[in-house]
Amino acid sequence: MVSTLSNEDLLAMHCEMIKARTASDRLWSLQRQGRIGTIAPIDGQEATTVGAAQALDPLTDWVLPQYREPLALGRYGPEVLNRFVAWAIGHPDGGHIPEPIRVFPPQISLATQILHAVGLAWAMKLRNERGVVLVFFGDGSSSEGDFYEAGNLAGVLKVPVIFVCANNQWAISTPTTKQTAAASFAAKADAFGIPGVTVDGMDPVAMHEVVQAARDRALDGRGATLIEAVSYRLGAHTTADDPTRYIPAAELEEARQRDPIVMFGRQLEDRGLWNSELEHDAHASAEQAIDAAWAFATNLPLRQSDLFDHVFAQPTQRQRLERASLEAHLGSTS
Amino acid sequence: MTDAFSREIQAPLGNATDQAAAPIAPISASPVTEDMTIVAAINATLAAEMQRDERVMVLGEDVAISGGVFRATDGLLDKFGSDRVVDMPLAEAAILGASVGLAAGGMIPVPEIQFLGFSYQAMHQLAGQIARFRYRSQGRLPMPITIRAPFGGGVRTPELHSDSLEGQLTNIPGLKIVAPASAADAKGLLSEAIRDPDPVVFLEPLRGYRGVKGPVPDGDYRVPFGSARWVMSGSDVTIIAWSYQVEVARRAARSLAKQDISVGVLDLRSLVPLDIDAVVEAVELTGRVLIAEEAAPTAAFGAELIATITEHAFYSLEAPPARVSGFSTPYPVGMLEDSYVPDQKRIEAGVLRLLELEP
Ligand SMILES: Cc1ncc(C[n+]2csc(CCOP(=O)(O)OP(=O)(O)O)c2C)c(N)n1
Ligand SMILES: [Mg+2]
Repeated sequence: MVSTLSNEDLLAMHCEMIKARTASDRLWSLQRQGRIGTIAPIDGQEATTVGAAQALDPLTDWVLPQYREPLALGRYGPEVLNRFVAWAIGHPDGGHIPEPIRVFPPQISLATQILHAVGLAWAMKLRNERGVVLVFFGDGSSSEGDFYEAGNLAGVLKVPVIFVCANNQWAISTPTTKQTAAASFAAKADAFGIPGVTVDGMDPVAMHEVVQAARDRALDGRGATLIEAVSYRLGAHTTADDPTRYIPAAELEEARQRDPIVMFGRQLEDRGLWNSELEHDAHASAEQAIDAAWAFATNLPLRQSDLFDHVFAQPTQRQRLERASLEAHLGSTS
Repeated sequence: MTDAFSREIQAPLGNATDQAAAPIAPISASPVTEDMTIVAAINATLAAEMQRDERVMVLGEDVAISGGVFRATDGLLDKFGSDRVVDMPLAEAAILGASVGLAAGGMIPVPEIQFLGFSYQAMHQLAGQIARFRYRSQGRLPMPITIRAPFGGGVRTPELHSDSLEGQLTNIPGLKIVAPASAADAKGLLSEAIRDPDPVVFLEPLRGYRGVKGPVPDGDYRVPFGSARWVMSGSDVTIIAWSYQVEVARRAARSLAKQDISVGVLDLRSLVPLDIDAVVEAVELTGRVLIAEEAAPTAAFGAELIATITEHAFYSLEAPPARVSGFSTPYPVGMLEDSYVPDQKRIEAGVLRLLELEP
């Protein structure tokens, strides 16, 4: 495959995939220690996110994640992981990704973000801002009405949006065969009058390639693209899930053979770009990144009465009364 | 279908502005006023706001070429072009969901939901997204969106066109809920809504679009949220209402005045934020309060008002607060709706009961 990626880019992508997996593993064990809430690991989808982000310009392009991708958006700066960890520990500032970072907070209400992406791309078009909006959502999310409404609207408006359906084969315990009878998720693009492509979501270079093409097309004023990134969820759905109940062991084992980090590491090695020393360094800096994010998140100040902040620009009379009563109840600890 | 509705709605229901009956606080931002229907005031205000700020845009079903099924957006397409006045695919979640992105991208969307009952199709975007983005992002992504929707009954529409959802909507933290009853307030509150940095659901009285007419101040005119309006003063009973029920209450009050019963009418204007002080004052003035609303009563906004009264003004009550409302049924079909929607007679009977008089 012809690629515009430099060796530096390839290494950066690999390091980011390692960082994502490392951070994911760390959050998993923190959850097991009872120090954070439910977490959705990224195992298997690192290449989908990292390859896509590599094709974007963080200064002009927006990313709207679902809930796994923020682990792998280092291209938008370390603050994304910092905030994600704050989000994972349940700090309100976890949802505040500061200006000028063009990343939305994680989305829990599945598929709603696909419509937000279309609206945001529409605003950019109306305001003659150069850039694109890329939105991630799962195979399961593609069964929601919002996906169809968003695809349809994007087709009509011809806005610069890139839909990335991260098909990891599962929506919790529901396999793709129960989500759709369509030949592929990409095939749904036909109904929207936009191009649909299927790509190996476990290959960051292939991901980069298709997203770059979709981006060029969008910047050219030719509208939206639907990309189905085919991968496999190598971990559990979340820390609350037991996938052994529904994933056949042999199928999972087969998928593990295609682990994107192992595969890409081998490719880089074959090209003389990777070795055990680099591997060691990559893991060390990944650990540092998650250490830093943990330190950031756990040092954020918090008062219980902060729960009233940022509902509206100005609180209502009722909110002021409620806040006063909570503060009185909590006394000096508020 | 639309034409049939519009014809019904155009039938005048009487002039809501009766100088003699409106003794308190005449609206006076500007000395110059012009008589307008509510729908005309909305239309003119949308045009003025779009003129003032080029980020303001209107989107919805049939809002551009046809000017809206009630003509609320008539003429805007010609004035502002198809980038800012947009006929959307028939998909309510898309209308509100795209508004989230538009707002994040620096626009000030004014989406229209053609009839409030169809907001159910977009409730996840309204309650789960629009209402929470400022909070979720701790201020990074505010949502300056004004969602306009006609609502209310009495005009023989098919199912779901008449539902009153104030209870559902006011229960969603993060939304301001506004419901004008007069043409002047339609202007003043809509200007305020569009300039508000937070999401506002702007509930338009379907029956009042052409049925309520009154003076509207010229020029820039805004009515702050959370400032209820005394429509009439009265010393025996106070009726609290909003939207079209203000007009019904006003007629009931005028009729009761002929029997020497003095009834005050308080128009809340906005339900969130609520003018708690005015509600307390309403109780203190008469000790007898009647709430008039169209929704089914269980957990409706009237129930919230009675809770507020109990919390803040219990010892000023002379009688248990009462309400006249729809019933605990789905909104009924046309041949039954006149019994469902509170009318002048039911409000009068409610007032008499509060005074322990025979209706
Ligand atoms: C609207 C909505 N319905 C249900 C859920 C509960 N839920 C959380 S994740 C999930 C599965 C999502 O599957 P998919 O879109 O494929 O994403 P994945 O988790 O595989 O990355 C469900 C049903 C939710 N968060 N939002
Ligand atoms: Mg999935």
